[in-house]
Amino acid sequence: MRLFRMLGRSCRDAFKSVFRNFSLSLASISCITITLIIVAIAIVASFNVENFTKEIEKDLTIVVFMKNDATEEEINEVKDKVHNMSNVAKIDFESKKEVKEEMSKESEVFKTVMDGWSEEESPLKDTFRLKVKNVEKIGKTAKKIQKMDKVATVKYGEGMVDQLVSAFSSIEKVAYGVVIALVVVTVFLIINTIKLTIFSRKREISIMRLVGANNFTIKMPFIIEGMILGIIGSIIPIILITYGYLAFYNYFDGYLFTELIKLIKPEPFIYSVSGIVVLIGILVGTLGSSSAVRKYLKV
Amino acid sequence: MDLIRLKNIYKQYKNGVTAIYDATISIRKGAFVFVIGGSGSGKSTLIKMLYREEKPTSGQIVVGGVNVAKLRNSKVYKLRRKVGIVFQDYRLLPKLTVYENVAFAMEVIGAPKKMARHQTLKALELVGLKNKVHNYPNQLSGGEQQRVAIARAIVNNPKLLLCDEPTGNLDPERSKEIMEVLELINEKRGTTIIMATHDKEIVNRMRKQVVTLKDGRIISNEEEGTYNEVV
Repeated sequence: MRLFRMLGRSCRDAFKSVFRNFSLSLASISCITITLIIVAIAIVASFNVENFTKEIEKDLTIVVFMKNDATEEEINEVKDKVHNMSNVAKIDFESKKEVKEEMSKESEVFKTVMDGWSEEESPLKDTFRLKVKNVEKIGKTAKKIQKMDKVATVKYGEGMVDQLVSAFSSIEKVAYGVVIALVVVTVFLIINTIKLTIFSRKREISIMRLVGANNFTIKMPFIIEGMILGIIGSIIPIILITYGYLAFYNYFDGYLFTELIKLIKPEPFIYSVSGIVVLIGILVGTLGSSSAVRKYLKV
Repeated sequence: MDLIRLKNIYKQYKNGVTAIYDATISIRKGAFVFVIGGSGSGKSTLIKMLYREEKPTSGQIVVGGVNVAKLRNSKVYKLRRKVGIVFQDYRLLPKLTVYENVAFAMEVIGAPKKMARHQTLKALELVGLKNKVHNYPNQLSGGEQQRVAIARAIVNNPKLLLCDEPTGNLDPERSKEIMEVLELINEKRGTTIIMATHDKEIVNRMRKQVVTLKDGRIISNEEEGTYNEVV
């Protein structure tokens, strides 16, 4: 009961103090706000990059085209060899005939053109489609298959995917660097705010000590003040990220530039991001205030 | 029964100045004691050691069965809840009313609101300021401000009330009023009072226990004493 009373009192004092030193609090809140906006953007970006990387990886397929002169036996030999490779998860075979049938189904024009080809003229090839277990080793696996007899070409969508992933990951790294730098600056600003609050309430603190207030009671309001600064500082970033992401998602219709990059659905994603943003705000605020208390409030 | 026992207390400050030399003294429960002496005689240091604002360099200080000299910083608050302290400069919070200033002492130790209210009003009644609860300190005279400070010091019913020159800023008439309040607290509540002062007239008029300090040494300790002219 007493603990709740003291916590209630600490919260009341902390709120009062935030508004009593409003210009100072505003500086800290603005800094937290800017930091959290960037943090929120970084979180949204990195979650999306991770999501689409996974999506792409799921879809990544190696396509093996056999040479035209490969006999059925040779094809089976390649199939067995590929099947036994450790990184291969699944293998499907499509003969020239099956490819032709499939393409014919897709369009009447294809059908007419392909019907005009003789067996020798046909550019269609017997094809294997395979999924791998480890996407990072996809290049190696493709190279090994390429070296096999009677294999014409091996394709796995190299190039574009790699470039996209590496571009996004460098953006992510830069964002994290900026976030860390901003968090450090914010923590220092909060330390300064709380320091000034402590100094402005020196008389009150000394009387509290005289009449027998314990350390918890004396220190708690300042720590809570830091938390409040963090919470207030996270309001604007949450609003921005919620409506911003919704608008962004709707504007691009769920896909960024190409169908390859699928954005994460706003709900419940934005709620989790908002939660993380508030938590980071509280954490940064508490970190700043508790180090100020440790440094400037010797009890 | 002794409430306070000091045994061979020495206090040397970090700058090398020795404020108290070999002080040994006992003060019984319910006593009213004047600590007198000139400036720099060690009165304030002695008072500060009793509420553990200062630690003795050596020796033993027992207040209500607790060895204050060995009390850890984190436990000092327990001692302070049993000791009321009054200063020459009142030390009130200017933005709080008379009532809030007194209730503050109860609130910060987590007392229930109802109890805090009851005891605050009781303390303010005792010091004769029940009609000024809504006033702010700057609306009061020096004597009234000091009475608020006294009310704050006794609101928690402490066993011991330490006063460091409480009449130092007041004219003789107001000083008399303060002394009447302190005497009332001593008699009505049985609170032990130790008051550092160099107000000769007060000491001689009240005829209480007088401990005289000179250059950090206790040179006399008399029941119903008077102001020692040596200081």
